[in-house]
Amino acid sequence: MTTTLTPPEEKSSEAVPPQRAKPKLPFKYRLSRWDVKASPYVYIAPFFILFGLVGLFPLGYTFVVSLNKWNLLTGPGGFVGLSNYVAELNDPFFWNSLFNTVSIFLLSAVPQLIIAVVIAAVLDQNIRGKTFWRMSVLIPYVVTPVAVTLIFSSAFDEKYGAINNLLQFFHLNPIMWKTETFPSHIAIATMVNWRWTGYNALILLAAMQAVPRDIYESAALDGAGAIRRFFSMTLPSIRPTMIFVIITATVGGLQIFTEPKLFNPTTATPGGPQRQYQTTVLYLWDLAFNRQNFGKASAVAWLLFLIIVLFGLLNFLISRRIASTEARSSKRKTAKRLAAYNQNKIS
Amino acid sequence: MTTLTLKKRKPLGIDRRPGFLTYGLLIVFFIGGTYPLYWSFIAGSSPSSVLTETWPPLLPGGLFWQNVGQVIDTVPFWMSLLNSVIVSTVITISVVLFSTLAGYSFAKLKFRGREGLLVFVIATLAVPTQLGIIPLFMVMKQFGWTGTLGAVIIPTLVTAFGVFFMRQYLVDVIPEELIEAARVDGANMISTFWHVGIPAARPAMAILGLFTFMTAWTDYLWPLLVVPQNPTLQVALSQLQSAKYVDYSIVLAGAVLATIPLLILFILAGRQLVSGIMAGAVKG
Repeated sequence: MTTTLTPPEEKSSEAVPPQRAKPKLPFKYRLSRWDVKASPYVYIAPFFILFGLVGLFPLGYTFVVSLNKWNLLTGPGGFVGLSNYVAELNDPFFWNSLFNTVSIFLLSAVPQLIIAVVIAAVLDQNIRGKTFWRMSVLIPYVVTPVAVTLIFSSAFDEKYGAINNLLQFFHLNPIMWKTETFPSHIAIATMVNWRWTGYNALILLAAMQAVPRDIYESAALDGAGAIRRFFSMTLPSIRPTMIFVIITATVGGLQIFTEPKLFNPTTATPGGPQRQYQTTVLYLWDLAFNRQNFGKASAVAWLLFLIIVLFGLLNFLISRRIASTEARSSKRKTAKRLAAYNQNKIS
Repeated sequence: MTTLTLKKRKPLGIDRRPGFLTYGLLIVFFIGGTYPLYWSFIAGSSPSSVLTETWPPLLPGGLFWQNVGQVIDTVPFWMSLLNSVIVSTVITISVVLFSTLAGYSFAKLKFRGREGLLVFVIATLAVPTQLGIIPLFMVMKQFGWTGTLGAVIIPTLVTAFGVFFMRQYLVDVIPEELIEAARVDGANMISTFWHVGIPAARPAMAILGLFTFMTAWTDYLWPLLVVPQNPTLQVALSQLQSAKYVDYSIVLAGAVLATIPLLILFILAGRQLVSGIMAGAVKG
């Protein structure tokens, strides 16, 4: 980020008073040239330096740690190549954590997206008190994940929880929310959904509002009902935003930590007595700070990093694929219609 | 005149006022969003025996302050509240300042390598920096910073998202002529930034600040790691649950108590939060 003090020879400089543009430039002018040249870099420098130091360097150094035997207390214990990775890829606990992460992620992402679309569609009408209703769906967002977990962890309590109380009232069997795998995933996904659905609904609402109203009007004139308009006009036009929501939900969802960490604090192993809901970040945490194996934990961090990148790319490719097939098919349809129209005109 | 034409035109079914179904659904969403919080308040203001009843009472009991008193006795509530305020404020100032500077530079100044560096910023948007906690922790321990608020603050002093967000906002909002006019008037670069850039950036700075503050406030993993003994509010709150015997009415009183600061923020700035999200501010 260093720049030369001497101004390079450039002819197009507006600030130069013509009489004084002689060989030796006045100090003030040189200072101003330097100011113009260096300022842009000076302004971006804090971000790049700090981001490099606290964002990228740790991530990169995690890879170095992952290639070593490394203990939390005793430090590095020799280069071991990729053997930490091999060990983790053969560790059933790692695969268990990955299964839990993906399961919780799917249980939260799919219902969340559907409900968010419904909420957004309801908010997208000409309702009274718009601001009030929009704000009301955002209330769960101001409850912090820790508080959300405490609240739902109480509601999902196996003996005295509000939900099992209710189930028993209806003569149903109580569900073992904290000891069975699938119910625990549902419970944790519920917490994520509760906090984020309204937030995502507002993002989707913004996309819906960007659809020009006169398109709807002409469709309505042509006799398309509200449902029809929603499926064949609203949904396709908010697709890019939906993809955006899915990608951010993926990056966040694969790193879920707070909810499973605090769901049942009485167990010795974080993530359930038999690791029923131990997510990968929680597994990483346990490996690094309880079992003190920094080498293996770093390998897990990098594996998860690669998985997140892979999911991101997959999302991107699928969405591009959908977009391009759609463009092709709509082009074909238009061509057909045009041909039919021309034929009608001719005959 | 416009009102006249509007009145004359018969709505075609899209600008019509919606019916009961819509408002019914809105009320359902409202209850779904607020009931868990309200229920926590009921439970947090009642003896814990309320939790075993099938139908929780509809109105809060009178024990809220007593339960809050227990919360304050169990965890260092006031200290952790102060810690959270300090941490979130410093992070917010830092992120907003550096993002505005860098965003302004990317949006309005010409320099070699601008495009490449901007692509780099965008590429790092999705990088899960949280996965770098192991070396970060080692560094904090090495320097003896664990247990200090600095250790909580340092890793989030800047975000790629902030830079990108400010750049996107400023690129459209400041006309080139304004910057040139300031330059012709003899303003140097930094005073141009100060007198042209900052005033134009103010609305976006407010939104970025709001979201940065909330993200910093809600963070749990990293503070839990570096300051368990000198906790932030979230860490202290989680410690309520760590006792062998969990008294949920106290835990829930704590959850409600810890929600109050953000609830106040929401009442004051909820509109800006909504418009910020709708303007494309994304999760931190």
